[in-house]
Amino acid sequence: MRLRPSRRAVLVGAGALGLLVGVGAWRLAHKRASLAGTRDADGAFLHDWIHVGVDGIVTVRTGLSEMGQGAFTGVATLIAEELGCRLEAMRVETGLASDAFKNIAAGRDILTPSHGLAAGQPSGFAGAVIDFVAEVATAQVTGGSSAIVDRFTRARQAGAVARAMLIQAAARRWGVEPGQCAVRDGAAVHAASKRSEGFGALALAAAGETPPATVALKPRAQWTLIGAEKTPRVDIPFKVDGSAEFGIDVRRPAMAFAAIAHCPTFGGSLKSLDDAEARKMAGVVKIVALPGAVAAIADSTWRAKRALAALKIVWNEGPAAALDSAAIAASLAAAIERAGEVEAEGDFAAAYAAAPTRLAADYSLPYLAHATMEPMNCTAEVGADFVEVWAPTQAQSDAVAAAAEAAGVGAERVRLHTTYLGGGFGRRLESDYVAEAVALAKIVGRPVQLLWSREEDMQHDFYRPAALVRAEGGLDASGRPIALRFALASQSILSRAHPSVRWIGPDLWQLEGLLKIPYGIPQRRIDAATIDNAVPVGSWRSVGHSIAAFAKECFIDEMAHAAGADPVAFRVAMLADQPRLAAALKLAADKAGWGAPLAAGRGRGIALHVSFLSAVAQVVEVSVGAGAALRIERVVAAVDCGTIVNPDVVRAQIEGAIVFALSAALFGKITIRGGRVEQQNFPDYEVVRMAQAPRVEVHLVQGAEPPGGVGEPGAPPLAPALANAIFSATGRRIRSLPIVDQGFSA
Amino acid sequence: MTKLTVNGAERRFEVEADTPLLWVIRDALGLTGTKFGCGVGACGACTVLIGDDAVRSCSVLAGGLDGASVTTIEGLSPDRSHPLQVAWIAAQAPQCGYCQSGMMLAAAALLKAIPRPSDADIDAAIANICRCGTYPRVRAAIHKAAEAMG
Repeated sequence: MRLRPSRRAVLVGAGALGLLVGVGAWRLAHKRASLAGTRDADGAFLHDWIHVGVDGIVTVRTGLSEMGQGAFTGVATLIAEELGCRLEAMRVETGLASDAFKNIAAGRDILTPSHGLAAGQPSGFAGAVIDFVAEVATAQVTGGSSAIVDRFTRARQAGAVARAMLIQAAARRWGVEPGQCAVRDGAAVHAASKRSEGFGALALAAAGETPPATVALKPRAQWTLIGAEKTPRVDIPFKVDGSAEFGIDVRRPAMAFAAIAHCPTFGGSLKSLDDAEARKMAGVVKIVALPGAVAAIADSTWRAKRALAALKIVWNEGPAAALDSAAIAASLAAAIERAGEVEAEGDFAAAYAAAPTRLAADYSLPYLAHATMEPMNCTAEVGADFVEVWAPTQAQSDAVAAAAEAAGVGAERVRLHTTYLGGGFGRRLESDYVAEAVALAKIVGRPVQLLWSREEDMQHDFYRPAALVRAEGGLDASGRPIALRFALASQSILSRAHPSVRWIGPDLWQLEGLLKIPYGIPQRRIDAATIDNAVPVGSWRSVGHSIAAFAKECFIDEMAHAAGADPVAFRVAMLADQPRLAAALKLAADKAGWGAPLAAGRGRGIALHVSFLSAVAQVVEVSVGAGAALRIERVVAAVDCGTIVNPDVVRAQIEGAIVFALSAALFGKITIRGGRVEQQNFPDYEVVRMAQAPRVEVHLVQGAEPPGGVGEPGAPPLAPALANAIFSATGRRIRSLPIVDQGFSA
Repeated sequence: MTKLTVNGAERRFEVEADTPLLWVIRDALGLTGTKFGCGVGACGACTVLIGDDAVRSCSVLAGGLDGASVTTIEGLSPDRSHPLQVAWIAAQAPQCGYCQSGMMLAAAALLKAIPRPSDADIDAAIANICRCGTYPRVRAAIHKAAEAMG
């Protein structure tokens, strides 16, 4: 399939490149020295990612944020596979933020937005050029389902380098050839002389060995850990006894606690502050006005909250004070009419005009909050010549830059510790709360832990953009799809995050999942329009795909129905050159008993979507009872994410993404009134709880292709599969979310 | 001065009477396994046991609790040997883990009240929020722990 990129899309690519180069220039400025080959009191670093203790404990520094997605376990597994040790003999941590941890896959994804599966991405010379630019320009970040995509080869190489250094040290000690030695279960061994030496005893000597320029990685057939079924997650023991240290659990000597109130209207500011009463309250350290916010700092969390509540704050509501959801809906409706072409193949307009059967539908989606279980927080200490930060962040490089700016120092002065994250989902790609904590710590001159209330967290999120998608499709006389157009109107996350690229127009994150749709429909066009308003938008688990998949897979279902075709067969017929996608779709359908008779009031729906280099198909089965009471009986998922490092982690991520996406599909809605978010806390931002959680079955395709992501791809297919199931059960199309606003209860 | 028995040990502390138990546990007693999620008793991240009952510690004031016996996640066992902890690990239930302390203590209260709960019992008793979506594994772990506690 050849697609004609429009001028605008080229500009977007250039914009993303400029953005990355800008970030890269900053990053080069604060490059840190490599730790590889350095010794410390406990052992030695054989690689920036691998420390071997004299006690034999191997400490893996992943540079990745662990938010339950299994990145720690995955990277440790990859290293252990090559290093020749057991996971039980390893400690895993993120490590201090550093250049050594940049995420090349994430940079690659921004340079050449990924469409399709990992195996289909640029390789050879083009791939090498992209990797080179990405490596220079990218940052330390955990997002875009990229952890294993990025580390799959690099972590094994790191393990192999450390292995080679340990073997070289052992061989030198024994006076034998390194080629005659091997590693086994945390020790170097020389089979001929039956000699063996533990890694701990070799660590200091190994640090003096020259790392090999190239290493050979174990062939797949020799893997014992990668892909093994029963590798438990390394972080779970600390999460069943309360000992895992999240951001809010950081404790520093003489630490103060801060509570904060932001101006409730977006873009507003502080007009006046009366803190006379609050300052007299027990334990209060200081009341601080920040731009657009006021913080109360005290000697305990509760005292800070009490002091904050005692403040008399008057806000300037600012220019967005009249903004509301109705006005935003109207601006989306106006924008969709002026959406401009971004991608085209053939002549959609002519094919659509001539099609014997034409369909059109609009799909609308609301803003969504992340609502991570751990509200935004950060602990910071600012000294005369240092800034130390403890943050549950997904974006270390950005957080370091934000902390440096807030403290007014160079980035090289900032030491950033990443704690466990109580959920991320993209919210923690932002560093607003880091900058606030550092500013407060600088003002009071002692460590400060800033903890947002749930209300602040919900009202000052970076929301999944609201969106309107217009779909048009044409079928020929035999019911075959011949023309397809999607037009998307929404805010641009890229231009919110980087206002300097605001002139560009539709950005790639906005359109992901609608570009290069894998179905073989000959005449097609993708259009986009951007609206602008004061609501801050950001990455929400699967980002643009959460919008794209709903419109695409619901509309394909509508086309199948109009053609009188079975929704699975209709899709399979369009996937002749996409065998892996067709296989995933059929696997989900087979396992769900697609086609088997259903009781009255029951329905099944299916959806297929590719995101973050992986394909996921889902079948949702619903029952609709009296009073439109909706029950999600079962969700069956099939996943093709290429090579699997840890099958149970993949299953858990897909299960979790299904529940996360189900919360959004059923209940999720952030509305704006008077320039502010109406929802405040879980009572008015309901999510799925145990009683609504469906049975979930996850089936994995065992493949040898390069790995794709797994944190996000499970989310996009859920809402369309559910909507299609409701249609099958009731004959009613769901074209607007959330579903409880469409007359159903759940 | 307020006196509580926390995880079997007597603890005394002085805070304003309107201080929620959650902040006594976290800030005054230094037990950070109990989490803050919503502050309004809606999410269950702060669930602890008072006696045998699960309570949302963000919504119980310390002033009224003098003499009560409180169990937090740190008090389930000293070595992750409580049947709930064993079952949770076996099921690989936690993801981010933030809600799991509260989830496990809600489960502990459920198993004290109903030693062999049905799915409907679990639905009714475990109203804690998990944004990672661990519910299916939490449900399986509760059943497994119930079996083990026989």
